[in-house]
Amino acid sequence: MTKVTLTVNGRTMSGECEDRTLLVHFIREKLGLTGTHVGCDTTQCGACVIHMDGHSVKSCSILAVQASGSTITTIEGLAGQGELHPVQAAFKEHHGLQCGFCTPGMVMTAVDLINREGGHLTEETVRAGLEGNICRCTGYHNIVKAILAADAEIAGSRQAAE
Amino acid sequence: MGVEGIGARVTRKEDKRFLTGKGRYTDDMTVPGMKYACFVRSPYAHAKISNIDATAAKAMPGVIDVLDGKQLQADGIGNLICGWMIHSKDGSPMRMGAWHPLAVDTVRYVGDAIAIVVADSSGEARDAAEAVVIDYEQLPVVTEAVAALASGAPQIHPEAPGNLIFDWQIGEPDAVDKAIAAAAHVTEIEILNNRLSPNPMEPRATLGIYDTAEDHYTCYTTSQNPHVARLVMSAFYNVAPENKLRVIAPDVGGGFGSKIYIYPEEIICLWASKKTGVPVKWTSDRTEAFLTDAHGRDHVSKVKMAFDANNRITALKVDTIANLGAYMSLFSSAVPTYLYATLLSGQYAIPAIHANVRTVYTNTVPVDAYRGAGRPEATYLLERTMETAARELGISPAELRKINFIRSFPYQTPVIMNYDAGDYEASLNAAMQAADWAGFAARRSQSEAKGKKRGIGMSCYIEACGIAPSAAVGSLGAGVGLWESAEVRVNAVGTIEVLTGSHSHGQGHETTFAQLVAGRLGVPIESINIVHGDTDKVQMGMGTYGSRSGAVGMSAVVKALDKVEAKAKKIAAHLMEASEEDIVIENGELKVAGTDKSVPWFQVALASYTAHNLPSGMEPGLKETAFYDPSNFTFPAGCYIAEVEIDPDTGETDIVQFVAADDFGNIINPMIVEGQVHGGIAQGIGQALLENVQYDANGQLLTASYMDYAMPRADDLPSFTLSHQNTPCPGNPLGIKGCGEAGAIGSPPALINAITDAIGHNKLTMPATPMKVWQALHSAH
Repeated sequence: MTKVTLTVNGRTMSGECEDRTLLVHFIREKLGLTGTHVGCDTTQCGACVIHMDGHSVKSCSILAVQASGSTITTIEGLAGQGELHPVQAAFKEHHGLQCGFCTPGMVMTAVDLINREGGHLTEETVRAGLEGNICRCTGYHNIVKAILAADAEIAGSRQAAE
Repeated sequence: MGVEGIGARVTRKEDKRFLTGKGRYTDDMTVPGMKYACFVRSPYAHAKISNIDATAAKAMPGVIDVLDGKQLQADGIGNLICGWMIHSKDGSPMRMGAWHPLAVDTVRYVGDAIAIVVADSSGEARDAAEAVVIDYEQLPVVTEAVAALASGAPQIHPEAPGNLIFDWQIGEPDAVDKAIAAAAHVTEIEILNNRLSPNPMEPRATLGIYDTAEDHYTCYTTSQNPHVARLVMSAFYNVAPENKLRVIAPDVGGGFGSKIYIYPEEIICLWASKKTGVPVKWTSDRTEAFLTDAHGRDHVSKVKMAFDANNRITALKVDTIANLGAYMSLFSSAVPTYLYATLLSGQYAIPAIHANVRTVYTNTVPVDAYRGAGRPEATYLLERTMETAARELGISPAELRKINFIRSFPYQTPVIMNYDAGDYEASLNAAMQAADWAGFAARRSQSEAKGKKRGIGMSCYIEACGIAPSAAVGSLGAGVGLWESAEVRVNAVGTIEVLTGSHSHGQGHETTFAQLVAGRLGVPIESINIVHGDTDKVQMGMGTYGSRSGAVGMSAVVKALDKVEAKAKKIAAHLMEASEEDIVIENGELKVAGTDKSVPWFQVALASYTAHNLPSGMEPGLKETAFYDPSNFTFPAGCYIAEVEIDPDTGETDIVQFVAADDFGNIINPMIVEGQVHGGIAQGIGQALLENVQYDANGQLLTASYMDYAMPRADDLPSFTLSHQNTPCPGNPLGIKGCGEAGAIGSPPALINAITDAIGHNKLTMPATPMKVWQALHSAH
């Protein structure tokens, strides 16, 4: 067993785990943050996407011990208590979720996509950016709509602030 | 309709918890002392088990126990059942082979469960599962239905000689043969409906908890119908009597049919919890899901459609072989029979229909209902045949359909169904207009100028939903009734809980069911909670599948609301000294019509519970229960159009536009209905272009991960153009038809009709992968 210490959603958290423990299982089982999901075993579905040191990462593709010392944001820490991040709000407004299982990973990917390429996203670039996240419920139609709306809103408020 | 009532585009009440990571799915559940299970599964598709040696596995670190099928049998746990009896045309009952939850002496598909390991961690359970030594004696394997029927094929169950489960028919063979003999034209086609894996994003999971002190079991499970799960586990699998078994299906991450069935794992984890004295959780990984979740479709059919000289259909003859896999899953027998052949009239007036269906065992995962369940197979068959006929007859596909549309209702088909309402031409016209069908020729020329092939195709579907009148399904062999229950519980301060036997796993019931109540009473939607998915809270229910929650589940809520309103009116009349008949309920108040007298809703609720001043003889409280049994199926219908552009160098198909025009009857929440259609279309496009379950000759599943099974991704799909041409359903109080499956039913034939239009011939099977399309373009034909 190895001790792993992470900064998760602004708090320092640690736990013991086997060397083979994936980061996603560490987050879910040791830290009790079950918003990050496991939908496959081959790093294809993206239900486990988190942000690690500011970038989106599939938390099933990295060992917990490798992540030790890093700063992590999970879906639970994306917005303040009781609040919604603009991407979360857009998913609600545009019905970008149904069963909710892919949603945390989808939202974390979308936030990262907007962080990287925000302000000039198109339907095509959003669809390309979601290639690593599988949703079985929505046909992606409303997810794409939600991300484009969130991108426009975030770009708008950035402009207003400048 | 108000801002929150029926017809309003209300955003979902359940979204916040899903968006903030606070959803509670089965795998999120932990209880003190909980241990982890891993199943030992057969690596062979067909083999005798000669010995199971778990000595080494039991000595591994963290292992609590390893349990096998003989122990399960010794404890009296029953075999899995199929709940719908079908009789062959010779009158003999279907031949059901034994399905032991843990295989005892024979395994029949790769993934068949043999033993369960319970250990401190999931990793330790997995390590130990690999250390269980099993001696197998391999047997010959057959995976395809047609091959399984051939003489000399490997025999899978002793109960089913020649692997034939039943040979069933519906309709009039003689009338059909006569009409075909007299026809001006007969279109013949062979139809393959490819095998699919449902793939809800949440893998199946279960947590079995045995309470020694109370001799009571709790089962958390990823189920679409927890009450049916309890009923079946209690009545047939002898897990525990119903009062000693609580089944909870908390947040469930999609189902699409695959979470209707009671699988071995739920039963085994409950039993293992008692055996080991610890709560036992099992969570499927994705490969396990491919190996063990019930698959869908897998039909091979031969079709003859006869026309008279005026291009009117005179008869339809269908011969189908359906692969049911290694065991008969819970509703597997109903899917290729009453959910399939009864829809073969489609939207058309066909005087004579005959369908013969043979179902077959193979060494593959059991096959059961997957989104649409039988209706996609019927629609694909019919709409591919119509398209082919139009091409052979030299008539436009729209014209051929219009000539044959049913135009007056009710309409009795030759295959049981009695269509109650519809306007098929309205949807066809709307779809053609939205797709600019008239401008297609010009668009095709533009594509040709770029060296691309362009095609357009349509599909006019009908389905039967709101399943179904209990007496009717009972007479057809169903082991259960298909009503729904509801309880409307008004609290003393006027807030409301609605308990429903329907189950939401993405459909948004917490919003739509609340909309119904908010609209009726004029109370805020926030004051209404929908309770579902727990057998301790909701008395009984039949669950959610077959697009039945609106048409059946909400109708039960309407009935319960009627009773609640009637009692509330009596109380209000008493309080205001008015006549009960004069009371109306509006905007959260009970008013005396035509006066300014009113009493707020919460005050009536409070009065019912204080019971200080109630009408003489009235019981205190404001809570009513109702059971609603549908009077007929409902019949959603519509027209879908796909337009594609194909790159002849690569065979890649680009969906340039996809148009859906649907008749769902009355709509509670258009936003949610559109979402259901989007998702259904994506699954239909998946079937048409991408998805295919593939076994090798040894019965090894080649498509057991997302690396090998092509799930539709965001960049595989276009945005969709939707419209509605609704004719209210006369059969239920809200006029709802249902919308959950339409997208998956209507879209595959539209796509394949479009692609075959582009490539100029009909030799193409689903999924139309780039390789197959390229081969079709470059083959001699």
